[in-house]
Amino acid sequence: MISNGYVVNANDVTRRYGEGEAAVDALRGVSLDVSSGELVAVMGPSGSGKSTLMHLMAALDKPTSGTITIAGQDVGSLSDADVTKLRRRHIGFVFQFFNLLPMLTAEENIVLPLSIAGEKPDRAFLEGLLDRVGLADRRHHRPSELSGGQQQRVAIARALVSQPTVVFADEPTGNLDSKTGAEILELLRSSAEELGQTMMMVTHDAQAATIADRVLFLADGRIVEELERSPAPEILAAMARVSA
Amino acid sequence: MIKVGLAGLLGRKLRTALTAFAIVLGVAMVSGTLVLTGSIDNAFNFIFTSVRQGSDAVITGKAAVDVTQGQGSFAPTLHDSLLVKVRRLDGVALAEGSVNGTATLIDHKGKAIVFGGAPNLGFSISRGASPFNPLTLISGAWPGQGQIVIDRNTAKRKHFAVGDRIGVQAEGPVQRFRISGIVTFGAASALGGATLAGFDTTTAQRIFDRPNQLDEIAIARKPGFSEDALLSEVRGILPPTAQVRSGTAQAQEDQKQTDSFISFLRDFLLAFGGIALFVGSFVIANSLSITIAQRTRELATVRTLGASRRQVLGSIVVEALVMGVLASVTGLFLGFGLAKLLFKLFDAVGFTLPNSGIVFQTSAVIIALVAGIGVTVIASLRPALRATRVPPIAAVREGATLPPSRFARYRTLGSALLTVLGFAALLWGLFGPHLGTKQVLLFMGLGAVCIFFGVALLSVRVIQPLAGVLGWPARRFGGAAGVLARDNARRNPQRTASTAAALMIGLALVTLVAVLAAGITSSFRGAVEHIWQNADYAITAQNNFSPIPPAAANAVAKSPGVQAVANVRTGNAAAFGKSFFATAVNPAASTMFKLDWQSGSQQTLANLGADGAFVDKDYAKSHHLQLGSPVVLTFSNGDRTTFVIKGIFDPPTGGSPFGRVTISQATWDRHEATPQNLYSFVRMSGGETDQNRAALERVLAQFPNAKVATRQQFIDNQISALNSILNILYVLLALSVIVSVFGIVNTLVLTVFERTREIGMLRAIGMTRRQVRRMIRQESVITALIGGVLGIALGIVLGGLLVARVDFIVFSVPVGSLIVFAFATIVVGILAAIFPARRAARLNVLEALQYE
Repeated sequence: MISNGYVVNANDVTRRYGEGEAAVDALRGVSLDVSSGELVAVMGPSGSGKSTLMHLMAALDKPTSGTITIAGQDVGSLSDADVTKLRRRHIGFVFQFFNLLPMLTAEENIVLPLSIAGEKPDRAFLEGLLDRVGLADRRHHRPSELSGGQQQRVAIARALVSQPTVVFADEPTGNLDSKTGAEILELLRSSAEELGQTMMMVTHDAQAATIADRVLFLADGRIVEELERSPAPEILAAMARVSA
Repeated sequence: MIKVGLAGLLGRKLRTALTAFAIVLGVAMVSGTLVLTGSIDNAFNFIFTSVRQGSDAVITGKAAVDVTQGQGSFAPTLHDSLLVKVRRLDGVALAEGSVNGTATLIDHKGKAIVFGGAPNLGFSISRGASPFNPLTLISGAWPGQGQIVIDRNTAKRKHFAVGDRIGVQAEGPVQRFRISGIVTFGAASALGGATLAGFDTTTAQRIFDRPNQLDEIAIARKPGFSEDALLSEVRGILPPTAQVRSGTAQAQEDQKQTDSFISFLRDFLLAFGGIALFVGSFVIANSLSITIAQRTRELATVRTLGASRRQVLGSIVVEALVMGVLASVTGLFLGFGLAKLLFKLFDAVGFTLPNSGIVFQTSAVIIALVAGIGVTVIASLRPALRATRVPPIAAVREGATLPPSRFARYRTLGSALLTVLGFAALLWGLFGPHLGTKQVLLFMGLGAVCIFFGVALLSVRVIQPLAGVLGWPARRFGGAAGVLARDNARRNPQRTASTAAALMIGLALVTLVAVLAAGITSSFRGAVEHIWQNADYAITAQNNFSPIPPAAANAVAKSPGVQAVANVRTGNAAAFGKSFFATAVNPAASTMFKLDWQSGSQQTLANLGADGAFVDKDYAKSHHLQLGSPVVLTFSNGDRTTFVIKGIFDPPTGGSPFGRVTISQATWDRHEATPQNLYSFVRMSGGETDQNRAALERVLAQFPNAKVATRQQFIDNQISALNSILNILYVLLALSVIVSVFGIVNTLVLTVFERTREIGMLRAIGMTRRQVRRMIRQESVITALIGGVLGIALGIVLGGLLVARVDFIVFSVPVGSLIVFAFATIVVGILAAIFPARRAARLNVLEALQYE
């Protein structure tokens, strides 16, 4: 299935919103491979198309032209039900606003993707995951009883629980203070390394991008620059170039 | 600030429409009822004024007792000779006598013609051209000796034409008459389903068994003679058993009975409109509460911009006011259509109402609008007050919630008190000493309203466990969607409780009705099985309750194989200054009925003789009667006779066929010119066999308005009459249930709207549209079931209390009906979820995720 070494692929993808005069081209031809176990960060100024790219690659949206392949499946050709099942099996999400269900406990929130799929969690893996995110002793707490950082840890565990092909993180630190944000980044990096979890993160925080193996810069719907794993100053410099 | 409220109304069209619909239905019921009863009133008014149009004065018999219930007694008749005397009076230009009664027409198949339980009117027409004749001849001629005119409606529907022969049953067996003409009375539907049979005077006197007798004399005065002068002149020659009234006064008198019927019908139907509005008020209050919670930030923003609490309150009340006006106006016009539907509904259950055109009265418009707008505004007050508590700081806080009310901690105590108070009022209404009917109803209504409010508020406490129990199947079979549905139902207990409360009220009333019906049915069955002994068949009217002429039973008595016939004569008499339902029996009753005697014995039934009477236990107690006590009975014709108590019996819970006082048939017939039977019971050699039944039916072929029934059939027939009433009640209560369905739909739509981002997340992490729909549907079913379970439980309690008050009903739980109601509740939940679930499933995942 992952014969070419990559698990998610975008091939000359465009995305246009609206029609006629008012049409907006959010993506103007993007090609991208994400390899297994790789942590890719996507950066760019507002309106650069970075969120659109992530939505397409996460099968939340369909491209106007070009193809998106996730785990060998062409997303464009799938029905809504099949796309949903594809997300269920292959994709995990970490959102900026956590998006936990307030009436479920931490553990129930974590296993939700499996429950929806009608599967039983692997107990040992789940215990390991709870230890990894440091919530073993808070598993029965509800989101309202947890801090912002703890809530985001629950969300990360929820994204990892089904051992998806790829995890997408949308501004995972955007709603947290810098200290808590740093802890969350550490958790994401270690999960990627130790679990071999493929991840793609959209962020405009240079600090966040430092954990990525590769940083892509988008501007006006195109990939305009690419860095290998870099420290924050270099990333900031690239951002400045891109935004100019 | 008012503009903000109105803009909000426009901006939330869907919610406004859904909320308003709860009021639309209630107002439609109120206005529909007023239009319906106004139209019926108008129709009756037309009938009675037309009938008396040409009469300046009308002489009728004066009954010594109240005979208006139609239980088998009639006002005394007038002798032919009175007409001769009247005609000789100075002021009289024209006077005509008439007789009338029930004349059942027989169709080509030999079946009695009855349209929707309406009366079969028979009467004499002395001269077609007379000013007293309200009929219009369409074709043919007015009737001569041995001829008949019938109404156009009957002729058309049953295919009769001038020259045909038609069977008629009046007091005797069926006779056939030649149709001389077809007549109409006003518009086609003016008489409801009543059939008309007109004869010449001598023929009518013969078939109604009134030889040389008249029921009425209509008089037209000479010019120059005043009405008063005419009346006083007539009074001078009247016997004590007759009375005279002016034409208009007689028309009013005629209308009295229908007036009480109409006002009963109006109050009865208005009660259901009121219930629907009451349920609607819950829906409105709940919808407004939810939207206000969702608009916390918006409200806080206008507060930071300088709006006062008062302005916030005003904007929400004005929003409710506008919604109330829109809904009430819509409901008003819908009521117009509903009135037509109600005419059809009553027609369908065998209760055709007269209709000479739909009438829209100003009072109906005003009452419906005031009720609809009033309920909406009152229901908005609590949510509006809540809105005023939104602090300005909420504008800048993520996920700000309303601060709890100062009184929040007294909530449980308060609602418990309200419930207790409600039960106290209800119990006082039911069992309080010396209360009039109005007071009883007032206390019961007040109590019920308090109980419903109290239980609705208290139910917040039981939402958690109840949703847990009722959500079990959802969790068991619905997977993650089921678990989430249950958790969502428990998430905001207040909201779930309010939504379920609306349905609870409807279900409680439906259950109450079912409990009463089950009680009546089982008590009645018990009573019949207890009293009916050694009889094989009963003879009753086709409609199971109308009095029938004794000719049918007399013919049966003569037929081969019949060993004995026991009759129960029915009518009215008076004693101790009060008119009541009285009965009479023949000696054969002693062998066929089994009564429990407190004093006397079965032999009492056979040995009543010329002056014997028996009474029930309660009547004996209230008038201190014992064996040998004298009772002076007054009959409808004015006869007064002293009877001696020969027996006191204890009727079974379900009642007996006997009136307060029962005498012997022979004595009864001496005082009643045209005695009527309520039922007759027949014992035959060989008992219940096909041959015996066929023999009886052969005899009764001459009496098409009578029928034969075995004990089981007799019970079933009587119960089926109850069932039609029950069905009307269910249909009317269904309206309230529909209102509560809109409440559930509305809550779900608002909830889906509120949880947009959450649904987006669920879809993103792999929930299919199907699962989303299932999640919403199961939440809806759980909410509906909470309402259903609470309602059914409350209905059983209320029904039990009512049964405890009414002597002739035993408490009985209608298990079958309750199971049906529970299933209906599930269906309600599923239906209510269709639209919100579809909306939720259709949400665009991306947009939903970015939704704030």
